Amino acid sequence: MKEISAIQIKEAVSAGLLKACCSLSSCVLSKIKIAKNEEKSALAKATLEQIIENAEIADSETLPMCQDTGIVTCFVEIGYDVHIACDLYEAINTGVKDAYERYYFRKSVAHPLSRKNTGDNTPAIVHVKMVPGDKLKIMLVPKGAGSENMSKLKMLNPTDGKQGIIDFVVSAVKEADGRPCPPIFLGIGIGGNFETAPMMAKEALARTERSSDPEIAELEETILREVNKTNVGPMGLGGDTTCLDVFINTYPCHIASMPVAVNIQCHANRHVEVVL
Amino acid sequence: MIDITKLHAGDVITLDGTIYTARDQAHARLKKIIDNGEPLPVDFTDSFIYYAGPTPTMPNGRIGSIGPTTSSRMDKFIEYMPTLKIKGMIGKGPRDEHVRECCKKYGIVYLVATGGAGALLAKRVKSAKEIAFNDLGCESIKQLEVENFPLIVAYDIYGNSVFDK
Repeated sequence: MKEISAIQIKEAVSAGLLKACCSLSSCVLSKIKIAKNEEKSALAKATLEQIIENAEIADSETLPMCQDTGIVTCFVEIGYDVHIACDLYEAINTGVKDAYERYYFRKSVAHPLSRKNTGDNTPAIVHVKMVPGDKLKIMLVPKGAGSENMSKLKMLNPTDGKQGIIDFVVSAVKEADGRPCPPIFLGIGIGGNFETAPMMAKEALARTERSSDPEIAELEETILREVNKTNVGPMGLGGDTTCLDVFINTYPCHIASMPVAVNIQCHANRHVEVVL
Repeated sequence: MIDITKLHAGDVITLDGTIYTARDQAHARLKKIIDNGEPLPVDFTDSFIYYAGPTPTMPNGRIGSIGPTTSSRMDKFIEYMPTLKIKGMIGKGPRDEHVRECCKKYGIVYLVATGGAGALLAKRVKSAKEIAFNDLGCESIKQLEVENFPLIVAYDIYGNSVFDK
């Protein structure tokens, strides 16, 4: 049985958030560079160049890439052979608080009605899953509101099929237009129920590879192609580069329903996984 | 300061001069002040409103990361903009058709900066001073002197939009 302490969790969360907010992942950066080289619109190309230059400045000066350093979602996987010797939620929040204070990140969390800021960017939104093994993994997702506000859930009919899913996603992207900071990433959750589809959609955004299910992989490719025909383009200014990648997660659902959630993500797609 | 009559949708420009940050909560307060006939806390004449809430300024820094926020959340306040006597607004993303019409009607422009380029844009801010609604923290009104601030004209005063595709 592996023992994990509050201080280990706090330090891992804080260091992970620094990396997520100030350093663009090499996987995302290479996608943006390829898109810039292939882009035909001059305005779109210039915008992608600014995004690349911004990432270089942020990384070299340890400045947040974006002023919206987000609200933090954590996808936690706890191995059955791990003993967490503290309050997990408190340890994570201590790490969040430490990072937002120490690294001069913006505190963007407020009471929903009074709009009074909580002052330290807590509480984080924590989802816990039990898995085999002796590791504690935390996928840290500091996500801004510009993209989150454009995300959508729709309860489709079971007979709407793949075309129904494609049409729903494409219309969500068109409606969002330049607001979520395109070129976007799309996380899509298909199946489950009212609360699982959006969760899968957000979790899918952390993936970097095509789905291992060939049918789903093909649907990811199809949606990517269709979305890139919309001419939304970088920041809504038009162009070939509307979406950098699409990831779909699925779960069985009731015979009478087909929930589909699309989580729209900005061009930085900030994710960092810490493993203890 | 820039001559906005010469700006056309799609122009790539750089701005030098004074701009003021104001986003959701600052707009809600300005609306209330104007509705109540009270004096404005800031003289915005001939300047630009920048929809932005920066990260905190580091010790010895000028300003934190400061990219634009989504402009469409401020569409509901468009009728209050002429009272501020501004030349224009700076943000990101398309807005309601009504805003484009107001830009023409009131002779104000809407400019866009690259969303998510907060570190790059911070480099173009030469000085920053918090001047109103300080209790709003990142949402307070800050007076910024910018130089070579990279923008695209989204809505000009002639009714054109860069988002028409």
